[in-house]
Amino acid sequence: MRGAIASAIVTHFDTATAAVEAALAAGASYADARLMSRSAERMLARNGEIADTTRTSDVGIGVRALVGSSWGFFATSDLDGGARRAGEQAAEIAAASARVPMRAARMVPAEPVVASWSNPVVTDPADVSESDKADLLVAATSAMREHGADVATGTLTFWDTSKWFVSSEGHRIDQRIREAGGGIEATAVGDGETQRRSYPNSMGGQLGTRGWELVEELDLVGNAPRVAEEARALLTATECPAGVTDVILDGSQVALQIHESVGHAIELDRILGWEAAYAGRSWLDLDRLGSLRYGSDLMSIAIDPTFPGALGSFGYDDEGAPAAKRMAVDAGTWVGVLAGRDSAALAGLDYAGSVRSDGWRRLPMVRMTNVGLEPGPHTLEEIVAATDDGIYMETNRSWSIDDRRLNFQFGCEIAYEIKNGKRGRMLKNPTYTGIGPRFWQSMDMLSSEIVPWGLGNCGKGQPGQVGHTAHPAAPARFRDVRVGVRA
Amino acid sequence: MSAIADAAARAVEAVTDRLPGAEVVVEVERAEDHLTRFADSAIHQNVADDTWSVGVTAHHEGRTLTVTSDLAGAGDGEALTALAERLVSSLPLAPRDPRWPGVAERAEVPALAEQPGTSPVERADAVAAFVDGAGGLPAFGYVRTERAHVAVATSGGQLATMLTCATAIDGIASLDGVDGVFRRRAHTLAELDPHAAGALAAAKARAAQDAVELEPGRYEVVLEPTAAANIVSTLALYGFNGRMALDGASFVEVGAEQLDPAITVVDDAPGWGVTIDGEGTPTQRHVLVDAGRSTMLAHDRRTAAEAGARSTGHGFGIGMPVPAHTRIEAGPQAPAPAAAPAHVNPAAAPLLPGAGASSRALLVSDFWYTRVLDPRQVTVTGLTRNGVWLVEGGEIVGAVANVRFTQSYPGALAPGQVLGVGPVAVTDPSSWSATAYGAPALHLASWNVTGNASG
Repeated sequence: MRGAIASAIVTHFDTATAAVEAALAAGASYADARLMSRSAERMLARNGEIADTTRTSDVGIGVRALVGSSWGFFATSDLDGGARRAGEQAAEIAAASARVPMRAARMVPAEPVVASWSNPVVTDPADVSESDKADLLVAATSAMREHGADVATGTLTFWDTSKWFVSSEGHRIDQRIREAGGGIEATAVGDGETQRRSYPNSMGGQLGTRGWELVEELDLVGNAPRVAEEARALLTATECPAGVTDVILDGSQVALQIHESVGHAIELDRILGWEAAYAGRSWLDLDRLGSLRYGSDLMSIAIDPTFPGALGSFGYDDEGAPAAKRMAVDAGTWVGVLAGRDSAALAGLDYAGSVRSDGWRRLPMVRMTNVGLEPGPHTLEEIVAATDDGIYMETNRSWSIDDRRLNFQFGCEIAYEIKNGKRGRMLKNPTYTGIGPRFWQSMDMLSSEIVPWGLGNCGKGQPGQVGHTAHPAAPARFRDVRVGVRA
Repeated sequence: MSAIADAAARAVEAVTDRLPGAEVVVEVERAEDHLTRFADSAIHQNVADDTWSVGVTAHHEGRTLTVTSDLAGAGDGEALTALAERLVSSLPLAPRDPRWPGVAERAEVPALAEQPGTSPVERADAVAAFVDGAGGLPAFGYVRTERAHVAVATSGGQLATMLTCATAIDGIASLDGVDGVFRRRAHTLAELDPHAAGALAAAKARAAQDAVELEPGRYEVVLEPTAAANIVSTLALYGFNGRMALDGASFVEVGAEQLDPAITVVDDAPGWGVTIDGEGTPTQRHVLVDAGRSTMLAHDRRTAAEAGARSTGHGFGIGMPVPAHTRIEAGPQAPAPAAAPAHVNPAAAPLLPGAGASSRALLVSDFWYTRVLDPRQVTVTGLTRNGVWLVEGGEIVGAVANVRFTQSYPGALAPGQVLGVGPVAVTDPSSWSATAYGAPALHLASWNVTGNASG
């Protein structure tokens, strides 16, 4: 068996090398190829029954070629002779790009890496029986129904990805990344409204570069009754008041706040305008890198693809750069960006390391890795106790932010009044709105209870790509925030 | 029989030979996607792919499993066999599925004509024309062509193929950080004029300079088609989706007069070449809203069985039967004003003279980052983008900075709220999927602006 695997690795490297050589022969000055194989399993339960079990697998190759100052990319699922054609096509497309050429394309230098990497897992999800997975979801969704949910759903998702990367500069890297996660969701239907509670997070729950052990730690069945009861209780809860008050966010909502108002804003391709027509630009100006005040002294945010078990972790990015931690915001000052080799060269920076694609079909681009807060000095309990008048909000329900990543409005699933340091009435339909840097400068308390919240649905690029990222985050307090915006 | 249809039929046989009595649905697809992207008036990303994939769903002895895989091509029998064997070995371990709705039986599906693709050079030349039309303003966006050749076969005897082709231009021109937009989906590149597209985007960017901030409040609006299409896609997902209705989360009450009589909504998958869904059910042109009256919900086989209805041909394999080729029908023909400003989308120009007669109105080019706050009411928050102008007495009096809104979409289209419907429906492209949502320009009595650029 080991011999068969070794043989497959050699074959895949040979295929990728053939694609690169074909691109060079067709006129490229640089080329790289990613042969990727991914299998995925998704199980969905609804109201105590399994509603869908899907297993997907794909394998193919994507080739990137630089001709003159222009790039081309071609991908194919045909590995039987199709790899060389993909290299030639990538070069042909790059040559066509030169009809509307860029300024001279350069890349920051990179040492060629020959390496192999995989993330540790305790229990491979593939070794867990289908019936065990199904029993878990059936039990959790049945419990939610018994405790008041009109619609109870649960999902489990697993990915197993292998990549073989070869570049014309001598890179030869193989990686295997296994990811797992799951969550539950209860919906209560009332008179003209629906209310939802999710656990441990909305949008698929919690996800990480881990194995089945992550799912076991979530205790979906044990949390199901509470989740359903909260959804039901929200139907008769008081509407979140409108006004300006102090807001305490739970860690998962802080994670989304980081994602939208920091993570995307520090993507160098956005700062350079490459995403202007779709995802948008950034309010950040490279001239102020190293001096711009992004937030309060408590705000230190790291770009860290080495964070153990987090969904945005890897050994090497899709340009072959080794994973390494770098600060994006240091004690409130903006100091770093997410970059690729070409965008970094254009910006005059000397580092890259944040380029990935969501599969072999798509062009690698600047993507978040794990972008998250360094721990603060407090606990959630201390933050609540220190708040005389405010609102505590939990679990994202909606998110919207402008194309410069400044003006945001987020909604949460549930909130509670905070009066004189104690949690009070439940509030429904909580929303808060603000301007990114003003909001971050108002953060005056931050918990040490960091969790690397995984987001498996980060959309970017054209054609669209769905990225996997994580945001280490903890509960935090923000002063004088506008809440309760409604139609 | 075409090679792709043969591959689908062989995949059904590969499963039923191994599992006699199994019910099977197979979808084989060859997808060719070519997208040329430009920024700062230069092509910075230029990608293409040519991929084959197969998906097989089988139901046997009360259990259901779906497996998908890539293929090297239609003749990749080895992969089809391996997929069938993987499915057959895993199916006994799959969970029980008491709500299996059965497979589609044989039904006629119309044949479609081949459409031409485009070369990288043709797409690059379209980009060059857009850049030239922008008249010196930096231009950003993409030109895309897609072709998908699909075969669906079922153990119930259905075997059909379809060929869908689409192209799109989506771009902005920019001046001092202020943008103007052109966005449109069509069947072929020949239907689009990239030079005129760039010129319209540039005219918008120039006219959007010196924008002033607007106070929050309710405003009359004229939504250009690029903005109005967002209403259609949102109502399709949250309203006419049969799953949302079964879950009690849809506003749609079939038979009720829920929208203004000026609003008719159709879903026309065959009009975009999509003649069959992923379950093998032929698609049809459906009227979802007839002069304000909600008439139907979209169903796949599974939601149809739950609802006691028939599949409407919306089984596209995402667990949600969502209308995906949907538009608000155009209104009556109306002449554009003789001197319509160059930055007003021609599809919206005929509505301009009636805007802002008794209150201040906004002309809105585009929406951005819209998200649903309340699914049942389809209350949405989002922002404007790519140009907003204040209109008084039918005249544009100045540019307005982007605003945030929080608005129920059915509420905005409610009886009495629609003051005008433009004479041309324009279809938006999606950079995520092969959806085609379109709308004419809409003149609406009230839109809830809840914030401005300052917060």
